[in-house]
Amino acid sequence: MTVRTTGSATSGGPLLLGVRHHGPGSARAVLAALDSVRPRAVLVEGPPEGDALLPLAADERMRPPVALLAHAVNDPARAAFWPLADFSPEWVAIRWALAHRVPVRFVDLPAAHSLAMTEPPAGRPADTVLDPIAVLAGTAGYDDPERWWEDVVEHRSTDGAPADPRAPFAALAEAMTALREAYGDGGQPRDAVREAHMRIQLRTARKEFGDDIAVVCGAWHVPALATRTTLAADRALLKGIPKVKTELTWVPWTHRRLARHSGYGAGVASPGWYGHLFGAPDRPVERWMTKVAGMLREEDRPVSSAHVIEAVRLAGALAALRDRPFPGLTEATDAVRAVMCEGSDVPLALVHARLVVGETLGEVPDTAPAVPLQRDLTRHQRTLRLKPEAQERELGLDLRKDTDAARSRLLHQLRLLGISWGEPVAGRGSTGTFRESWRLRWEPELSVRIAEAGVWGTTVLSAATARAESEAASATTLADVTALAERCLPAGLTEALPLVMRALADRAALDADVGHLADALPALARSLRYGDVRSTDTTALGEVAVGLAERICVGLPPVCTGLDADGAVELQHRIEGVHTAVGMLAAAVPADGLRERWAGVLGKLSARDAVAGVIRGRATRLLLDDGRLAEEEAARLMSLALSPGTPPADAAAWIEGFVGGAAGGGMLLVHDERILGLVDTWLTGVPADLFTDVLPLLRRTFSAYEPGVRRTLGELVRRGPSAAAARGADTAGMPGFGPGLDEERADAVLPVLRLLLGLDDAATGRATR
Amino acid sequence: MTASASVHTAAADSGGEVLRPHAENVFADELKALAAADDRPRPARWKLSPWAVATYLLGGSLPDGTVITPKYVGPRRLVEVAVTTLATDRALLLLGMPGTAKTWVSEHLAAAVSGDSTLLVQGTAGTPEEAVRYGWNYAQLLAHGPSRDALVPSPVMRAMSEGMTARVEELTRIPADVQDALITILSEKTLPVPELGQEVQAVRGFNLIATANDRDRGVNELSSALRRRFNTVVLPLPGTPEAEVDIVSRRVGQIGRSLDLPAAPDGMAEIRRVVTVFRELRDGITTDGRTKLKSPSGTLSTAEAISVVTNGLALAAHFGDGVLRSGDVAAGILGAVVRDPAADRVVWQEYLETVVRERDGWKDFYRACREVSA
Repeated sequence: MTVRTTGSATSGGPLLLGVRHHGPGSARAVLAALDSVRPRAVLVEGPPEGDALLPLAADERMRPPVALLAHAVNDPARAAFWPLADFSPEWVAIRWALAHRVPVRFVDLPAAHSLAMTEPPAGRPADTVLDPIAVLAGTAGYDDPERWWEDVVEHRSTDGAPADPRAPFAALAEAMTALREAYGDGGQPRDAVREAHMRIQLRTARKEFGDDIAVVCGAWHVPALATRTTLAADRALLKGIPKVKTELTWVPWTHRRLARHSGYGAGVASPGWYGHLFGAPDRPVERWMTKVAGMLREEDRPVSSAHVIEAVRLAGALAALRDRPFPGLTEATDAVRAVMCEGSDVPLALVHARLVVGETLGEVPDTAPAVPLQRDLTRHQRTLRLKPEAQERELGLDLRKDTDAARSRLLHQLRLLGISWGEPVAGRGSTGTFRESWRLRWEPELSVRIAEAGVWGTTVLSAATARAESEAASATTLADVTALAERCLPAGLTEALPLVMRALADRAALDADVGHLADALPALARSLRYGDVRSTDTTALGEVAVGLAERICVGLPPVCTGLDADGAVELQHRIEGVHTAVGMLAAAVPADGLRERWAGVLGKLSARDAVAGVIRGRATRLLLDDGRLAEEEAARLMSLALSPGTPPADAAAWIEGFVGGAAGGGMLLVHDERILGLVDTWLTGVPADLFTDVLPLLRRTFSAYEPGVRRTLGELVRRGPSAAAARGADTAGMPGFGPGLDEERADAVLPVLRLLLGLDDAATGRATR
Repeated sequence: MTASASVHTAAADSGGEVLRPHAENVFADELKALAAADDRPRPARWKLSPWAVATYLLGGSLPDGTVITPKYVGPRRLVEVAVTTLATDRALLLLGMPGTAKTWVSEHLAAAVSGDSTLLVQGTAGTPEEAVRYGWNYAQLLAHGPSRDALVPSPVMRAMSEGMTARVEELTRIPADVQDALITILSEKTLPVPELGQEVQAVRGFNLIATANDRDRGVNELSSALRRRFNTVVLPLPGTPEAEVDIVSRRVGQIGRSLDLPAAPDGMAEIRRVVTVFRELRDGITTDGRTKLKSPSGTLSTAEAISVVTNGLALAAHFGDGVLRSGDVAAGILGAVVRDPAADRVVWQEYLETVVRERDGWKDFYRACREVSA
């Protein structure tokens, strides 16, 4: 194989500009080379289908970072992105060509092939499995390839342009040629096909424009483009490769996504810093420190000009100590940490997020073709027979039907994306968990929303998943994450769930306020039940919920003391919520001993004097209702709480906790003479001057009862405890009922009750689970 | 300073009479070899170039075959920033929790840069201004009146006039008004002596290394005016569990020998466990990175892990069967973790219930901890 290594430097052939994608130094060098050589045409690595979209790059409403997005027409999930920032050499070349009215073309393998050749690829095809830069850096004695490239290429060109702007490219091409001789295709066989296509394109262009052509491509490809091969051999390589129908468009991009290493990211660790290097006309480190200082000042950190001066000096001295020609990001960051951040990593994290990565958001003109997300949505609307109509209408869904369940998922996913086509409304009629009601209304603005949401993904599902994951990562409070989890489940985002659950577990672990945990648990338990209805996998959710319950068990007792009246009542409601949730949880997931531990906590609360009365009373009541506390024991605790030494206000609070609320507290008094007797004895023993203090509390307790219950209670009290005791505990009749129990008639009801409650079924069902 | 000694790895063995010789004496050979091999530019009055100082601290080998032992095991970046700071005219502030080798690093930096680590001001709540500026020899003062002879220079003043490195230990313990005396010294590089109508101007080569405790913030918080004169380097706790286990077991061995405790045959497992518990609670995340945790208010430094294990060894030797078991360390761990009876106890119990209970092979430890926490 003959290799022409000097193809880039001599005037004999086309100008081959090998670059590092997203390298600001490469971008500057490309610009300098183009300005000096002034080629008649520019070829850029990228999918040729994008040629039609290239003029949009000159549109003044186009602001990088943007990405060229290619997707299969019939399967929007099959997509690839070519992200471009304003410091990307490819972008610079495109803009130069458009500004100088020089034809510009993409020469890489068409997306129609690259999308068809693999299963949906994860973004831009990685340049090589073998990292050529790492090999070169290792040869030069650098352990960090990025740093080597920065020192040798990126920085070299910032401290004064070299005499011949083409010289660095020639040197690089030579190095790459040596590498390719040693490593072949570097473990990326598809490169051969791509490079064959590039050569064919290059030939066509040379026929048209002569040798006055510049090619901007990854440095790795330069030797392959300089190789002399026959057209027939290249054609043979391209023969028979699969093809799909594709569409391309521009989509806005963000610096953060450029920085991501996985998925559609470009793996640029510091796009903000690169953007700065590219944009700064001179003295990049000085300008950078000033920028950092300005940002820190906005965040109310005292940073003076003296700090900036010291930071610049420290960065310079550090670079000298490390034998680097010029301070890089590492030195700048070390200096910022030591001088401006007082050695702390906390403000440094802010510098990293805001400046090193950056929060720049790209823009794309309206004239760009529609995003695949819109196409995917249209497809769903057709298959689910859910037409977008401007007129408002209500839609009732029965989640047991497949189509309705899919419709519900779609609407929930759209809501997560901020596309509020449907709003859930309280259902009319049936309140079953398998019913859902929506109010639908399509507004023209929603199209814009869809275009905006296009940044999250190419299908509704993948976009909603990405959005949910990002929200989970940025959520600050436990309630935020819980709410998110509740929205993810009906949307069927099973892929986002692990991440959301992880965030939930993390927030729960760090939240020191048991109140927050207690607020979150019922929602989770509800979600678990929803999961049952929609048959989604909720194992992870169950684990998190059990973990949350454990934490509540540990943290609850200490916070129940020293509360004021309002705080105690609030906590009492939370305890009730947790109690219900623990019941649901223990039924839904395997949680060994959770119920027992919770009962232990309640037992502790009911017995500890320092705990607020209303909580003690409620804990006793919950245990009694669960059958974990014998009635005698409950009565003992009650007489303890109502003993003469207790301040009447405390005792009244206990009564409120124990029999308060509409939840059958009155019936308990009606049916248990002993408890009623205790209350009666205590109440008659309250001194007259204190009675007015406890009256409001008692009124609050008893006024919540049903009128019938109140009347019965009144009658029972009028008869007096002695009369009741004489007739035994089972004789207290409800109004309109005779005293005593007719056992024969009562037994007759039992079979029907059993049928209604499904007791036999439930028992066998549980056993087989 | 057992705490700082726990993090360094150099074998500080000296046959001399002194209990603890200075760094520049112990490592005199290494310093000499470095100076001989060092051909890089040296700042004024520095004994070594910044590069050689960094090598002295981090260890390495010289062309002539001399092996430089590492004095500090930690991120290279930190040492480089510290050395570079001293080469500029900014002072260096070493921050860190107790037991992170601040004093140790400061001593070795001074020894390598100036060849003298003894110009030291120990910061206490009672440190007077004289310790930072100058005092008077009152017999001289009364006999002959104010003169240069009657003046007793502080270590800082001596360092200024001779272009050396001064050290201030525990800067945040020094009262605020005494701290303020440092501002003029660090910004104007001059120390006025109004009694004599003179001043002492710092010579090139003068700089100052201060150490302060992270946890002491608020005792005598540095004013922002003083803070601005320092570049700050925060020394972290050991980075990997292996490094920490290594430090703990080595120190426990040393202490155990001096207390005549029998060597524990199977102590490694428990030491690893103690280090794991300390690291997890300190970092607020389990070692597998799957569960986040609350951190207790205590420092849980390596030095404390050492004391827990030593204590457990003593228990095992005198009251047990000589084998270090979970029960021997459980009480010590509880004492180290639960500093604030209310908040820390919740943290500890959450940790027990959510992490320890589920972990394989930790059943005995869980039971032992439950016993002592009850």
